[in-house]
Order: sequence, then C-alpha cells, then structure tokens
Amino acid sequence: MFEELSHRFDAIFNRLRGHGKLSEDNIAEAVRDVKRALLEADVNYRVVKKFTAAVQEKALGAEVLQSITPGQQFVKIVHNELTQLMGGNERPLKLHANRMNVVVLAGLQGSGKTTACAKLALYFRKQGHQPLLVAADTQRPAAIDQLETLGKALGIPVYADRGKKTLQVVEGALSRARSEGSSLVIIDTAGRLHIDIEMMGELKEICNAARPDEIFFVADAMTGQDAVNVAEQFYHEIHFTGSILTKMDGDARGGAALSILDVTGVPIQFVGVGEKSDALEVFHPERMASRILGMGDIVSLVERAQETFDAEKSRSLEKKIRKNIFTLQDFLEQLRQIKKMGPIGDLLAMIPGVGRAVQEAEIDNSALTKIEAIICSMTVIERDKPQIIDGNRKKRIAAGSGTLVQDINKLLKQFDSMKLMMKRMNKIAGKRGHAAALRSLAP
Amino acid sequence: MSLLERLKAGLNKTRTQITSILGSEGSFDDDFYSALEDALISADIGVELSTNIIDGLKERIRRDKIATAPEAYEAMKALLVEQLQVHRLDEDFPPKPWVILVVGVNGVGKTTTIGKIAHELRGKGKSVMLGAVDTFRAGAIEQLRIWAERTGSEFIAQHDGADAASVAFDAMEAARARNVDVLILDTAGRLHNKINLMNEIEKILRVIRRNTPHAPNEILLVVDATTGQNAMKQVAVFNDVLGITGLVITKLDGTAKGGVALALAKTYRLPIKKIGVGEGIDDLQDFNAPTYIEAMFGYLTENSAQAV
Repeated sequence: MFEELSHRFDAIFNRLRGHGKLSEDNIAEAVRDVKRALLEADVNYRVVKKFTAAVQEKALGAEVLQSITPGQQFVKIVHNELTQLMGGNERPLKLHANRMNVVVLAGLQGSGKTTACAKLALYFRKQGHQPLLVAADTQRPAAIDQLETLGKALGIPVYADRGKKTLQVVEGALSRARSEGSSLVIIDTAGRLHIDIEMMGELKEICNAARPDEIFFVADAMTGQDAVNVAEQFYHEIHFTGSILTKMDGDARGGAALSILDVTGVPIQFVGVGEKSDALEVFHPERMASRILGMGDIVSLVERAQETFDAEKSRSLEKKIRKNIFTLQDFLEQLRQIKKMGPIGDLLAMIPGVGRAVQEAEIDNSALTKIEAIICSMTVIERDKPQIIDGNRKKRIAAGSGTLVQDINKLLKQFDSMKLMMKRMNKIAGKRGHAAALRSLAP
Repeated sequence: MSLLERLKAGLNKTRTQITSILGSEGSFDDDFYSALEDALISADIGVELSTNIIDGLKERIRRDKIATAPEAYEAMKALLVEQLQVHRLDEDFPPKPWVILVVGVNGVGKTTTIGKIAHELRGKGKSVMLGAVDTFRAGAIEQLRIWAERTGSEFIAQHDGADAASVAFDAMEAARARNVDVLILDTAGRLHNKINLMNEIEKILRVIRRNTPHAPNEILLVVDATTGQNAMKQVAVFNDVLGITGLVITKLDGTAKGGVALALAKTYRLPIKKIGVGEGIDDLQDFNAPTYIEAMFGYLTENSAQAV
C-alpha cells in the first residue's frame, strides 16, 4: 500500500537529513522532489500544487531553518500536511444500532462495487449486524449471479428480482429487510460513467427511494488524474458520505485517494486489500500518512496480530516455551499464525524505522514457505526430536520439500539457537519474571 | 457518432484547457510551458514523458522558428503522434484456431472487450468460440456465457473454482475439434504484483502451447483508460511474464484522457490494437494515432475560433 510513494519520500528525506542546516535552496529542491513524487503517484496536479505550496510556506518558516534537526522538522511538516490531505480526523459511520440502516455503493464500472458489497456485509456482520445484500445492478450481465454467489459463500442473504426495474428491486428489498428485521441493507448498483446523465439520474432516484444512511463512492486505487473529475461529479449528484478505495493490494501509488479527498472533502472509510471477502480494512488517515512517510504503523500491526492470533494457542505455546518443550511442530504452527497476518513485507513496513530498510532486501513470504515445506516433510517423531535427523533423513527431507540439505541444516541450527535463547530466558524469568527476561535479552 | 466525435464528447475539458493555453496570444515563456506541462500531466501522460515532450517542443520551436500558437500546437501533436507510432502486424487467420488470450488486472473490462471482439469477428463471418478461463470471480462464467449467446459464439466452460489451466486446455481441444476460426480466452483479473496469480497465467500459457505451439496468436493486455501511472507497471510485468502482443485501452468514453497510452506505446513499443469507447456492443474501435491525439486535444483552430 503506497509503497512506491513512501519509497520516494524516504529518498527525499534522506537527502535532507544529510544537511546540518537547510538553505532555502535545499527546501525548494526538496519541495520540487515531493511534487514529482506525488505526481508520479497519480495525485491530481491541482492538488499537488496546493499541497506543495502549503509545505513550502511552512518549511520556509523559522521553525525549520533554525532547527538543529531541520530534516526532521521538514518530515513533520509533510506528515501533518499529508494527514490533513488524507482527511484529517476520522469520522465515525452514521449507522444506528436499534433500527434498519441502508448503505448504497456507487462508482464507475470495474471499480469493485460488488466485491466491496460482500466485504462490507461480512465486516458489519462481525460487528453484530444482520446484513441483506441487494442486487440492484440490472445492467451488467451476470452481476446478480456474482452477488448471489458471494452471498451464498458468506451465508449472507441476497435480494434479487430478475427482470424488474432497479427501483422496484430496491423497494422490494427494503420491504423484505423490514419484515425480516435486517439491520443493514447494502445496495449494489450498476457501474456508471459520471457523465452518463441518464444513469446518474437513476442513481439519484435510487438514493431518494432508499434514503441511505451512508453512500459509499467506490474508487479504484489505480485511477489516474481523472479521479477528481469522476469524484466531483458523483459528489455533485449524490453527495456520497464516504469512499471505499479498492485494489489497494496492487502496487498502485494510490494518489487517487488523496485527490478524491481533496476535491470532495469526504473521508475514505475503507480500503480493499485483496480478493477475498475479508480483505477490507478501515482507513486511518494518520496511520496511513505515517506509513507513507516510512514512519511505521505499530497500532495497525498490534491490531492485526490481535485479530489473527488464536489466544488459546498462544497460551499453550507460552507454556511450552516455559517448560522448554517447544518443538518444530510448535514452530510450524507459530509460523502459520504469522503468515495469516499477511505478507511479511507488509508487517515489517508497519514497524517504525524497519520498514524501508527491510523492503530494500525484497523480503517475501517464500522464506517462510520454505521453512514450512521443510518441517512438513519431517515425520512426527522428527519434529519432536530433531536430534535424530541424520544425513540420510536430511536428504529425504530435502527431496521431499524441494530444498537443499544446507537449508535443512540452517533451519535446525536456527531452531537450536532459538531453544537456547528460550532456556536462557526461562532461567532469568524464574527469578525476575518474563518481561525482565525479555529486557535482558535486548541488545 | 464517429469515433472522433465519441471520443471528443468526453474529452472537452482538456481541450479547452489546452486551447486556452495555446490559443492565447503570448510568448513561449516559462508560464506557457509550465501550463502546457500541467495539461499533459493532467492527461495521465506522466511526468517524465511530459517533460520530454515539452523539451522536444522547445527544440522544434527553436529549430523551425515557430512563432504562433497554432503552429506550436501542431508541432506538439506531431510529437505526440510520433510517440504512438508502433509497427502493427496484420491479422489474418491462417492457423486454425486463431487464439486470442485476454489478460489484465481486475475490473478493466476484459469480458466486455471479449464480447465486443467476438461481435466484430462474427460480423466478418468468422466462427468464434469463447473460453471461460476466469473461474475465480463469482459470476464471470455466466457473464461470458451471456456474451457468447449474444454474439452467436460457441462457449466452453467448467464450473466456478475449476482449474483455470484445465479450462484453457479444454477450450483449445474443443476449438480444434470443432474447427473454429477464432478462440478467445477470458482470464481472471489479476493484479500484476501477485506472484501466485502471475504464475497461474504463465501456466495457462504453457498449457495453451502444449498441443498448439503457434498459439496464442495474440496476447492482449486490457488497460483501463482511467488508470494512472500504474498502467506502466501492469504492462511491464505482464509483458515480462507473457510477452504481450498488443494493448486494448477501454473506457475512453469517460473523461479520462487516456494519456497513459502514450507512455505505454512509447516505453514498450507495443501496438494499441483496439480502443473501447462505449458500452454498446459496437463500441470497440481500431486504434489510429492521429485520431487519438486529435480527440485528446482537439482542433485548435476550431476551438479557438469558438472561443473568440
């Protein structure tokens, strides 16, 4: 997410940090670089101009020029401006607990509305809602099938009425939702061009009929300079209340997000980060600005860990570590939990300071996959007692996992030193508790 | 509506922007060039190529002693057209089946494009078969089946979640057995940075070639005209993995200027085979560089005359 942009910013800031004192020329150059980085990230050129003008004005103020760490000051200014640009403070959704809520999704063709509908339904069901999906895209062939398939896979009801007009579908859906007591109606609409007067009129009618609590504008993160025109027009017609930015799992630089925010002033609420139905994240402007600037996002990391880690498993793992009976099988399970949290590069990028440096080394999940393959090629006994793994066994494991004997040796050595460390930790912990033990291990 | 009119209908904004810059009587000073650069960037042409074009224009203005704005405008358009000149192979369908593999990221309009291509080929009297290799997206198979019905094409599919490569294989076998002229394979949308999905498409390509080494005759990458600079990466990766033979630029009926096509053609020397200019079944057109540029920026004379 925004990797490319943060990469560029990092290079710019590094150049600045090299200076003990910044001249006006240094700042002008840095601002020029920031401008180019933003343009290449598809931020609209008008938005870029405004942004860089604001940064320049603040950076030329006494604060930066007289600071002992002028580079740091400059970063802070960019961070503040970026957070502002991304929507500043977050706005809670206007959904009510004690009555039926209606949400409408709208956007261009292919922006990912139908997928986003399913993701939202799943997200809100986790929050205790009883969602009803409504297939009001009567234009695209098989759009109804798509939503029905997604709904079926998630066990979420889908209202469809083939052959009916869109408005009739919406009205039918609302009355079914009322009678069934659904708490959240999510309406999928047909993709439409913002300049298609007829279709925009239909969208307005849908909104008038459904009286939605939230209208989400769904936008593709890869959109270029035209994002502002599209967003402006949609906003003008239906006054959407939030945006969902999709396909953020690509390597798009995501500048469209900033542009949409700037021209409409409407916050981004969610980002789509994958094809699966649970790949939806709440958008946090502050955190995102930090991540773009390579400042890490520890809050999201902890949240993600809490979401995916199985508390029960973690407790039993801790017990095993304490008793020093941690086996390769436990190691494998732990690896799998980490993998569940997402690509390792993403996770590292959230750690302040670590992100950029590690990404240079192009860490991917293949290292984990390799270890997983090796352990899976071992017998249960081998996983319990790795000391019995001799040359012959190593050859067999290597062949089975498609790795080399060296890889097996490396893993076993790593595992040994890991166990040694745990033993040391337990010793210290015996006297002073685990937290102190951890501190004593820190370099 | 002609293609030009159709394209122009959506592109009014840039045209007025460009013409207001170029139509005004003024010297070719820094303000002029920076305004022009903004216009090019706002058309998604990209910072680098825009800078190059401006540099090239400065050079020409100097060399050809250009003094008036309309002349400068023509010079710039000529420069842009040059970026788009790529040698284009003729299509005739000697080997049967002529196989077209259609790839791209999610939501660019692959299936719709296939429907339109099938319609065009059917109009030329070719027999067409559509293969539903997109087994991932819910409803994708059904969507393609509807297009097959509309265009009177044959249709090969398995079920949702089936192995994509095996559907490709089935389709290849069926196309040969039934002796169809053209087989078009619809693949799942995939982001180019997903290694697994790129491996999958590579496997699909291998499977297609297994019994028919000449296939696929075309590997078309579909690019959404509203896409910004990320399109460059899409082409880079897909081209690397598959060896793209041509591009299709879709959704040009919006207000996106489709300037990224220039950067793509220039950087990767790939021909733009088709452009999508509307939702109708006939709204897929052949690409023509001068027309495209003309539609992007319009006739200066015509517009400045209106402005005056």
